[in-house]
Amino acid sequence: MASALRRLGSAAARRGLSTACEDTKKSLFQLPQAGGKSSNLCSAINQALHIALESDPRSYLFGEDVSFGGVFRCTTGLADRYGKSRVFNTPLCEQGIVGFGIGLAAMGNRAIAEIQFADYIFPAFDQIVNEASKFRYRSGNQFNCGGLTIRAPYGAVGHGGHYHSQSPEAFFCHVPGIKVVIPRSPRQAKGLLLSCIRDPNPVVFFEPKWLYRQAIEEVPEEDYMLPLSEAEVIREGSDITVVGWGAQLSIMEQACAGAEKEGISCELIDLKTLIPWDKETVEASVRKTGRLLISHEAPVTGGFGAEISASIVERCFLRLEAPVARICGLDTPFPLVFEPFYMPTKNKILDAIKATVNY
Amino acid sequence: MAGLGMRKSRNFINRIISSSQIHQSLGVLEHIHSASSHRTHLSKFPTKIPTWGGPAALSSSRRFESTEAEKQAECMTDIGDDNQMLDFPGGRIAFTSSMRFIPESPEERIRCYRVIDEEGRPLMDSGLTKISEEVAVKMYTGMVTLQVLDTVFYEAQRQGRISFYVTTIGEEAINIASAAALTMDDLVFPQYREPGVLLWRGFTLQEFANQCFGNKADYGKGRQMPIHYGSNKLNYFTVSSTIATQLPPAVGAAYSLKMDKQDACAVTYFGDGGSSEGDFHAALNFAAVMEAPVIFICRNNGWAISTPTSDQFRSDGVAIRGQAYGVKSIRVDGNDALAMYNTVRAAREMAIGEQKPVLIEAMTYRVGHHSTSDDSTKYRPANEIEWWRMQKDPVNRLRKWIERNGWWSSEAESELRIDVRKQLLDAIQVAERVEKPPIADLFTDVYDVPPSNLREQEKLLRETIERHPRDYPEDVPL
Repeated sequence: MASALRRLGSAAARRGLSTACEDTKKSLFQLPQAGGKSSNLCSAINQALHIALESDPRSYLFGEDVSFGGVFRCTTGLADRYGKSRVFNTPLCEQGIVGFGIGLAAMGNRAIAEIQFADYIFPAFDQIVNEASKFRYRSGNQFNCGGLTIRAPYGAVGHGGHYHSQSPEAFFCHVPGIKVVIPRSPRQAKGLLLSCIRDPNPVVFFEPKWLYRQAIEEVPEEDYMLPLSEAEVIREGSDITVVGWGAQLSIMEQACAGAEKEGISCELIDLKTLIPWDKETVEASVRKTGRLLISHEAPVTGGFGAEISASIVERCFLRLEAPVARICGLDTPFPLVFEPFYMPTKNKILDAIKATVNY
Repeated sequence: MAGLGMRKSRNFINRIISSSQIHQSLGVLEHIHSASSHRTHLSKFPTKIPTWGGPAALSSSRRFESTEAEKQAECMTDIGDDNQMLDFPGGRIAFTSSMRFIPESPEERIRCYRVIDEEGRPLMDSGLTKISEEVAVKMYTGMVTLQVLDTVFYEAQRQGRISFYVTTIGEEAINIASAAALTMDDLVFPQYREPGVLLWRGFTLQEFANQCFGNKADYGKGRQMPIHYGSNKLNYFTVSSTIATQLPPAVGAAYSLKMDKQDACAVTYFGDGGSSEGDFHAALNFAAVMEAPVIFICRNNGWAISTPTSDQFRSDGVAIRGQAYGVKSIRVDGNDALAMYNTVRAAREMAIGEQKPVLIEAMTYRVGHHSTSDDSTKYRPANEIEWWRMQKDPVNRLRKWIERNGWWSSEAESELRIDVRKQLLDAIQVAERVEKPPIADLFTDVYDVPPSNLREQEKLLRETIERHPRDYPEDVPL
């Protein structure tokens, strides 16, 4: 019995999230100064996965078609480098992928699960909502699956129709116990993904697939992490606060540039982490500008923009000089031919910026 | 079954002899060459020739080999087709010119393995392993303890002392005997009708009581309904109320054991109703493909709340589905503790030794109501329940066997029952007096550290409590 207990002891110790990178975590937690190799977002994700697998022998990467490099090629070369037992295909079954990942993570591993398209994440919704998000809470912190990261490409891509275009982030923002993170660019993607993988909580990481090849910037080659739950002011301004995340930020940036030409100064904020989100940064900005616009691709009704709007009205009611504007997707399924009509485009945003400022 | 496979192979080869010359001229078709290599074929091909309804040929979960694509056929022929094969992407498959559908069920239902009969008499050739007096008596003691635990907690719920309860009556053998056949290193992913596994592992009666009362000694910090036990120390993952969601995580954990080369497996329990959930199918398929050392134990107790198995599935129960996923499976008498013990022990050896999953369907009957919120006489005859309770009680059956061996007596029986009941009543009294978990526990463990929204909500809640203290239970410390 004594030896059985010792074995148990070691098993229990192992179940804590493996700490291969903990020592260096602090110093890694900053975006290195400019420089690095020019990379697209797909390659930045690939680099992050390389580093995650390299730096922690207890990390695993799996999902549909992951072994040959994935349908978007984000996992290229990883199975060859780290072996088929750490980087592997799974059956075509999202609830199985996430459930498997939860069990793997519960044993102190970093389980990086890929859902091929965010549109297909719904079979796994029960596993995310009832297992992953409650694993720690329901056990009184006896168990956790914090090593789980679920990656899923999301959003419009110009020709994706109903089932290759959706932005389902709001569903997951209603689930205490998980984090939801969406990067806007290659540098952000690499640093945020590494943070998500090493975060001691389960994370859903949505990758803007439109930017996989479109967005190119210099990405530092080293291992670095960007903090979660910290929004970033990416453009300072004084007339209106404009909040978004992911691929939509580049559209919003164009609208802000257009507004500038008309003498309107926009402050653009990348939320990055949707839950738990950085209310304080948005609040501070709105206190300064007195106006708020939120934009996302997902349908406007019940979208995360509604949550931001309500929270800021609660905190900044007297400071607001105009109603909070939401420029989002329409309340229709994502339409193929009508995509240009559905989308929260630059000019829809620009019009709303002007209307809000001139309210 | 091996015999059946063999017979088919011989017929197969006879047909080849009659037409092999014609076929060789076709060249492009991959087929069995000649009768001169009978021996090779007999040993090699049974796994590749579908013997519908006969599990021998497909019971192996090995991957079917495939040869190169250029050898594949393009032409069709009007001659007998039974000796031709083609490399489909999943491996080589023989053709047949007879159109034959696989029947929806096997000719004979899968038999149920047992070791002792209702009178506790060992059956011939049952492979009764040597179970020592110590283990047998410990198993029996565990089963009785579980019975008394159920009786006392059920009464406590009826008296309004706890809010909810689920009994395990009728399924004591599945609980205790399966636990006895495992080691403490094996990971348990339970549903909610397996408290006996936890009991066997050393969860104390006080720990059970603390959870049911949701006091501050409850490891779950009072967050879940009664019977949602969990213990990290005992490798027993915390119970959730959802059905079958524990199955895919069990496979992931088993894969981790495999990667760590541990001498251990994962074990997960569920019911006949749970076998209809998508997670069941996901988990079996994943376990087979990942070659994960996990044992699936289905407690087929006939009832999913009020739904009988006839409304649940049309397959011959659950065990038969294993083969479709490439998973070894067995049906066992869940009311025969010795059969259950033997089966789980063998399954564990296979799961770890071969690094593969095993599916066990334990046939039993849910003698209790689904839960304290259910009255099962509304949907099933009382005399049916009574028959199972009186005639098929697994506890009584094991008692007869240990008494037959001279390891148990009426005195020991009454002493045990009185003793356990007293311990339980004491545990309940203690648990009732322990204070509730503090309000701070409402906000912790959602994440590893509470984020700002939760800190803000805690502050607001505390202010509200100060203004309206009477709106809140007095026994939760602030």
